[in-house]
Amino acid sequence: MIRGNVIIAHEICKGCELCIAACPQESLGLSEKINLKGYRYAVLVQDNCTGCINCALVCPDAAITVYREKKHAKGAAADAITA
Amino acid sequence: MEIPPLTNGFELVYKKPRTLTETPMHYCPGCGHGVVHRVLMEVVDEMGIQDKTIGVAPVGCSVFAYDYMNVDMQEAAHGRASAAATGIKRVLPDRFVFSYQGDGDLAAIGTAETIHVVNRGENILMLFINNAVYGMTGGQMAPTTLLGMKTTTSPFGRESGLAGHPLKITNLLAQLPGAYYVTRQAVHTAAAVRKLKKAIQLGFQYQSLKKGTCFIEVVSNCPSGWKMTPTDSNKWLEENMLPMYPLGDLKTPARSMN
Repeated sequence: MIRGNVIIAHEICKGCELCIAACPQESLGLSEKINLKGYRYAVLVQDNCTGCINCALVCPDAAITVYREKKHAKGAAADAITA
Repeated sequence: MEIPPLTNGFELVYKKPRTLTETPMHYCPGCGHGVVHRVLMEVVDEMGIQDKTIGVAPVGCSVFAYDYMNVDMQEAAHGRASAAATGIKRVLPDRFVFSYQGDGDLAAIGTAETIHVVNRGENILMLFINNAVYGMTGGQMAPTTLLGMKTTTSPFGRESGLAGHPLKITNLLAQLPGAYYVTRQAVHTAAAVRKLKKAIQLGFQYQSLKKGTCFIEVVSNCPSGWKMTPTDSNKWLEENMLPMYPLGDLKTPARSMN
């Protein structure tokens, strides 16, 4: 499985939960803490993100940056484990 | 559980477009305006036309659009964004000019300007955000409000005998010979956002052909005006708005050749 990661600008997030509804992996949820505006912000709650960018596409506040594992990096990591 | 960011061995696949400013948007949580702003600026970024793009901001929720888009912007009087865009395009014909309006602005107070700009076939891109209520003033009935839909000025639902029928202005404009590309898109799912981006790309590309007006309607949600959570409003949009305002191209260049 391709692994991904998202970084959410939690001070911009308004907790609208659209990214949570859009995530096919159910990786996202709302935080327990609140931000300066008083909203519970979106956070990763499961380590199964695939970097599909659906959350970033529906985010109205452009708060989400998405990373995806490099293809060659995955092979390198596997080599490191076997070595 | 908060997972710390892992950037080692990871590559960036999506980030906020450079042309969108750092100013936090004032829109309500879950509002479709933010998505349209971002997609519009992504296209400007990818085409590399930041210094050649001029936008015209409307009156309505998106009145501060010029604060969020880092391109040359002009604020227009209520309903007159397309008229202002006409002037800009005629003086500076090599620029990419777009107008950005809501349904109260484009389909109510600005109906005359809208119809005549498209009828003249001005070479501009018009974006029309349709959320079926007047968002900024507190959720009053708009020309595009669905029949039976409750708003603050139609508390028992819109009745056709009293308030007329929903105005499908995009279908109306597709009949005009000046229109070159007319389409209706939405922002309620990631797939819809991808399609909207392609439509906006076409809208900008067709401008350099000087063949007529490109008009893109975006069916959007209004969680505050509809008094729903953002997720519920997107479901409501799919069930109620889309049967009335079906998505897809209403006029494409191939068909307009006939």
